[in-house]
Amino acid sequence: MSWLRRLFARKRMEVDLDKELRFHFESQVADKVRSGVPESEARRLTRLEFGGVDQIKEECRNSRGTMWLEVMVRDIRYGLRQLRKAPGFTLTAVLTLALGIGASTAIFAFVNAVLIKPLPYKDPSRLVHLYESIPLGPRFHLSYPDYQDWKRDNKVFSSLDVYMPYGFMMASADGLRQTDGARVSAGFFRTLGVKPVLGRDFYDGEDRPEAARTALLSYSAWQRRYGLNPNVIGQSVVLDRDSYTIIGVLPREFSFPPAEPADFWAILKPSTCRGCHGLFGVARLKDGIDFGTAFSDIKTVAQNLSKLYPDTNREQWAYMQPLTEVIVGDIRPVLLMALSGAGLLLLIAGVNVANLMLVRAESRKREMAVRGALGASRRRLVAQFIREAALLAVIGGVLGVLGAQELMHSLTALIPKDMMTSMPYLHELKLDGRVFAFALGLTALAALLFALAPIARFRSSSISAGLTERGRGASGVTWRRFGANLVVIELGMAMVLLAAAGLLMKSLYRLLHTDVGIVPDHVATIHVQAQSGKYGKPEQQVALVRNILEKVNALPGVKSAGVTQKMPIEDADITEIFTIPGYPDDGQNKEVAVRYVSGGYWTTLKTRLAGGRYFTDAEDSSQPKLAIVNSTLAKLYFPGQNPVGRQIAFDPKQPLSIVGVIDDIQEGQLDAAPRGAVYLPFYQSPRDGFIVLARTAQNDHDLLPTLTSALASIDRGMAIYDPMTMDEKIHDAPATYLHRSSAWLVGGFAVVALLLGVVGLYGVVAYSVGQRRREIGVRMALGAQRSTVYRMILSESCRLIGLGLVVGLITAVAAGSLMHKLLFGVRAWDASTLASVGLILAATSLFASFLPARRAASINPTDALRAE
Amino acid sequence: MKTKDRFDLPQGTLDLLIMRVVALGPIHGYAIAQRIQQMSREALQVQQGSLYPALHRLEYKKVLSAQWQPSETGREAKFYELTANGRAQLKAETESWKRLTDVVGLILKGTLEGIS
Repeated sequence: MSWLRRLFARKRMEVDLDKELRFHFESQVADKVRSGVPESEARRLTRLEFGGVDQIKEECRNSRGTMWLEVMVRDIRYGLRQLRKAPGFTLTAVLTLALGIGASTAIFAFVNAVLIKPLPYKDPSRLVHLYESIPLGPRFHLSYPDYQDWKRDNKVFSSLDVYMPYGFMMASADGLRQTDGARVSAGFFRTLGVKPVLGRDFYDGEDRPEAARTALLSYSAWQRRYGLNPNVIGQSVVLDRDSYTIIGVLPREFSFPPAEPADFWAILKPSTCRGCHGLFGVARLKDGIDFGTAFSDIKTVAQNLSKLYPDTNREQWAYMQPLTEVIVGDIRPVLLMALSGAGLLLLIAGVNVANLMLVRAESRKREMAVRGALGASRRRLVAQFIREAALLAVIGGVLGVLGAQELMHSLTALIPKDMMTSMPYLHELKLDGRVFAFALGLTALAALLFALAPIARFRSSSISAGLTERGRGASGVTWRRFGANLVVIELGMAMVLLAAAGLLMKSLYRLLHTDVGIVPDHVATIHVQAQSGKYGKPEQQVALVRNILEKVNALPGVKSAGVTQKMPIEDADITEIFTIPGYPDDGQNKEVAVRYVSGGYWTTLKTRLAGGRYFTDAEDSSQPKLAIVNSTLAKLYFPGQNPVGRQIAFDPKQPLSIVGVIDDIQEGQLDAAPRGAVYLPFYQSPRDGFIVLARTAQNDHDLLPTLTSALASIDRGMAIYDPMTMDEKIHDAPATYLHRSSAWLVGGFAVVALLLGVVGLYGVVAYSVGQRRREIGVRMALGAQRSTVYRMILSESCRLIGLGLVVGLITAVAAGSLMHKLLFGVRAWDASTLASVGLILAATSLFASFLPARRAASINPTDALRAE
Repeated sequence: MKTKDRFDLPQGTLDLLIMRVVALGPIHGYAIAQRIQQMSREALQVQQGSLYPALHRLEYKKVLSAQWQPSETGREAKFYELTANGRAQLKAETESWKRLTDVVGLILKGTLEGIS
């Protein structure tokens, strides 16, 4: 009979079997009746002789060699029934497992999307990112002539190209608006190994000055702006007042995070200014060249240039990083930490469920012994354990995977929108094959662990021992010790996670409250870019700014206003080299950040003056040239002297008088080291692009739209963009986000770990109480007080908690040193954090062990003694 | 496998007995048990727990074939019959049984002589 037919014939077979046995039964009864036995007696005797009908049926079924699908279905239903009989255990075990598997799978999905999935370029491991390094730091821009020389002189790259990641201004219905995009040299996409899906790539030499201006479109821009219309090729678009022809569309999966978001990829036209730095480089290593060789080669090239062009290239070296490092390097520590946190959590969850399985196995020891005595083979009993464990693991795994989906969605929601756009690989976040395989693997591992735990337990004691009451003698103690060790490990792990979370939260707090040298609340900011044609001359620019500031100051609620050409708490610095007139050049470049600010800047941001004075708005180009320096510069270059009254010069022919010193403003990122900065009056060197800041007595957020419309009313042709309050700027800074997301993530893990650990402790103590009921009953009967019982139980759990704390403390300190990259202003062994975390753990654990202790103390001695 | 009173039959033997009984014509399970009891002069009483699994096993192995027919009491019963394959098996197993018992009897007779 084919197996398919068997499936349908099964029901039939059952009916037949029942009928057959019933016939035998009735025939036997009839025979007895015929020989004179009364009917009811006959039935009774026959029933005795028959024995267990179900057993007979089972044997018949077995002898027919029923196929495994049927058997599996039957076993599963049996297993489910067993689990349903113990809802407390099942629910706890399944939820715990689902938590562990779900969290791990979700985190792994992130790790998969970011670190494991290859980048959308050809051979991404052979690509490097190039910078110029200067004494202020290693990751600064290249200039075009430097790029050309690097390209020509290097011996290690098969191709070298550059990109400029700043967007464009595009005309729209409401004036000029900023559009995301980048400028690239002609071979950029070829270096990356990317081919357009529509149209063509730039050809070699398309970046020559005489070639026409062309641009490539990103896939999402093609979707959004042109509705996937294939006729987009050949259309022109006006970017920054130049007309570009669209020649192709990039693939859907392409993205270049350092320049993202980018809708338009325009051809970069050359510049001859060697001192103008605005480019970053991307290069592909030649076959057989490794990173180290290439690095030293390009460093040599840069060194030669610095000797050839001492005016512009002095102390400008080359710096190189693998492209993958640039793209995922920042997020890698967070992800790896999240992964280890998830792994830890999974471990705790697994240990908890194994614990529960052991408790359950203990309570069913008698049942197992009886079944064994009745003839169940050892194999069958073991098979049942495996079956139940597998069932538990599968249910937990399925729930975990479903939960992982949800978790992934909520975790992505935590990431800010503009960070998401610069991490386009996260759009590919989904449960793909690798992630599923991971979840499956975890489930299988869990099933194995849960099956082995009770089996190993039963191996150590004979089944018959379970029949007697004293059966729990030695083996009970061994298990209790084992369970206790598990709990210590769990509590230790919870301690580690809590400590990590505490350190990160403290770090975040420190970061947000670090002294940035300004008072950031109630300040609204907005970027302005005036038309360079209309405001080409300095007088026009000065007049425009004066007009703007007058208008802004007149707005209701505004207390003061100012402008700057670059705001604090940003990176990609603007720096220049200065000299101190009258002092010999010691050959070292004194490079500092430079900011052009108006007089109102100081009052608007409420900076702190350390000496001298601020400049006023009256100080324009008709007055002598002034400068204000920050205290880092004063300490570095005027040690022990008062810089006020001294002179510095960027251009040796035009020295500047220092009129004031301010306490450092945090010009770089929140966690960047302090650096020297010089502030020059805006009116003495105006420009057509700047940022307007306004301090208001009212809500700074509400001021933003008012500011926008006020500025628009001055000149419709001005580009007005990026309105933001100063507080927003700090809270949305990348450094802040990194710290915040790590803190919240690890905090979430820590809370769950604490819950799991505490539940585990409860389980162990409750089991111990159950085991010792007799002992407690005897003691109480002999006169022990409730307090003695409490002490008895609690001393055991206190020992466990104490051990767990110590283990956790040591591990936490060790782990903290691994985490130092993510900590700010906090030491890895910060005493107050560790102490408070330990306190929380101890308190919750004590509470958890208090409950079974209370139950122990309220044991009725006679009941306890009688129950055995 | 348990039989009442005196004999403990090895498993294969029950199969042989069943085949022998069924060879005489289509017969249902109850009648098989009665027949074995009869033919062994009440020495062998086969329990349902052994009989029916054996019957089903033999049916699965295609030694017996079964059909539902009305019985002598009027109720429907499952009647077993020997298949051609079963007939051949019966012959083969009967022969090997005869040979086995002859050999064993030889050895036992020899030993008994030595002792007595």
